[in-house]
Amino acid sequence: MFIGAIARGMRVTWRNMFRPQVTTQYPEEVRPKPPRFHGRHVLNRYADGMEKCIGCELCAGVCPSSCIYVRGADNPPEAPVSPGERFGYVYEINFLRCIFCGLCVEACPTTAITMTNLFEMSFTDREDAIFGKDLLLVGEEGESRHEGKNYDPLSLSKRGGWMRATSPGGDADYEGIPGWPSDAGRGVETAETGQHNLPSANAEGSQEGSGAVSEGHP
Amino acid sequence: MEKDWLDHGITILVVILIFTVQMLITTFLVLFERKFVAWMQVRIGPNRAGPWGLFQTVADALKLMVKEIFVPRGADRTIYMLAPFLTVFPAFMAFAILPIGPSFEFVHGDKTHVVAIQGANLNVGILWLLAMSSVAVYGVMLAGWASGSKYSLLGSVRASAQVISYEAALSLSILPVLLWTGTLDLQEIVAAQSGWNWYAFGLLLIPFVSFFISGMAETNRLPFDLVEAESELVAGFHTEYGGARFMFFFLAEYINIMTISAVAVTLFLGGWNGPWVPVQADPAGWQVALGVLYFFLKTFVLLFLFIWIRATLPRMRYDQLMSFGWKILIPVNLVFLMVLAGLVVMQEVGAWPAGFFR
Repeated sequence: MFIGAIARGMRVTWRNMFRPQVTTQYPEEVRPKPPRFHGRHVLNRYADGMEKCIGCELCAGVCPSSCIYVRGADNPPEAPVSPGERFGYVYEINFLRCIFCGLCVEACPTTAITMTNLFEMSFTDREDAIFGKDLLLVGEEGESRHEGKNYDPLSLSKRGGWMRATSPGGDADYEGIPGWPSDAGRGVETAETGQHNLPSANAEGSQEGSGAVSEGHP
Repeated sequence: MEKDWLDHGITILVVILIFTVQMLITTFLVLFERKFVAWMQVRIGPNRAGPWGLFQTVADALKLMVKEIFVPRGADRTIYMLAPFLTVFPAFMAFAILPIGPSFEFVHGDKTHVVAIQGANLNVGILWLLAMSSVAVYGVMLAGWASGSKYSLLGSVRASAQVISYEAALSLSILPVLLWTGTLDLQEIVAAQSGWNWYAFGLLLIPFVSFFISGMAETNRLPFDLVEAESELVAGFHTEYGGARFMFFFLAEYINIMTISAVAVTLFLGGWNGPWVPVQADPAGWQVALGVLYFFLKTFVLLFLFIWIRATLPRMRYDQLMSFGWKILIPVNLVFLMVLAGLVVMQEVGAWPAGFFR
């Protein structure tokens, strides 16, 4: 009658009682998110505070769940919002529809939209699920406007490297090589290591490229 | 001895006290179970409601009480409403016969009053437990039938078959104790085990193990919880219940666990017996308190065993459950009963030394 097996099983549960628990006390303690975490999106700025979004609607076009709504408008000549002709004057993401696939990040020609490690997006109203530019656009200093409880204003500097690596807005010399434009995000970012399985010269080249400080607009 | 108003008052007081303690222990039993199972699974368990989650069960009960009472359309309304009470009532009643502590006397006026820490000292004693656990099947059966749901019906059919099968094993493992002591009176059974003559330490270990296993099946605990197998039947017979009525089923389940443990303590582990608590006519106050403490301590050890087994073993298959009950437990108990009956007869004719094997 399996008494030996039962006794062995009982011993396992008994020993487990005295092992340290693995539970994370979530609202008080937060585990660090993986670097390529697909959290909610932000709209980035250039180092001089200009918005990166040019209102091209490629993100809205590629979105498989049709959760992005963008309307572009001509930049006012005396006070341009973004470098170039147009800017996105309406930018809304419905986070009830969003599946966090990151295709909008890949589609964006200026790396205006990227994903973050922010994930606390609870809302009590379906209307509140639609995040407008007021919430999506980063602040003047590159801090995200987030209402989460564990909000770290500097969390954007830990933004996922995958989106940066696959954004096509980089230098032509590095075409087809995973890397990221030096002007991604706000200011200069350090390269994420461990993703370059390429010939070493190319990999180093792309890393050096990202180290350059962005002076102007592309 | 004629009973006067003081005796009746004492009885009422003791009953209220036992009821309160029973409710309190049940409340914390739910928490203990969740905590212990959590620790065994390297988790923390409830820790938000009050210090160490102490008020978790209270919060759960409050939540259940304020929830809407809901009767499904296909249900038989009267029976549906009645069934939870048919389950919870016998669960409370079964505990009433257990002697929790030693009886003591006090003199008021020119009369000596005996206080038994026991809901009712019935002369049929342990038969009351069997009767009540049989009545409890009705609640489960009717709940499943009246819900008008296939999961409930399947759960209640399983419950009836399982409880009736294991009731036989349960009764057969109680019988050796009755045979050995020659009485149904629980006070006398406890008194017979005084001085470390606990039955579970002797030949009666076999019925003790059998009683514990069939008690587990009787209370629908893992690994015998096919009645409410979540992966198969949603929640079994109480699938369609919510709010306060669900709470009654939940309560009854945990009271039954406690009752089975307490009965096992009374029958096999010496009840309130222990060091410094002798069986005598007039024990001191601290001895009475110590006896009560021993009783609950032993009950708690068995409850922990229940929880430990629950955290370890997976659910049995239904045919395994039935064949284990009918082909192993009942034959073993029957053979043991016959052997024991032979021993008792041999003792009476002097062919077996009295007191040997107790």
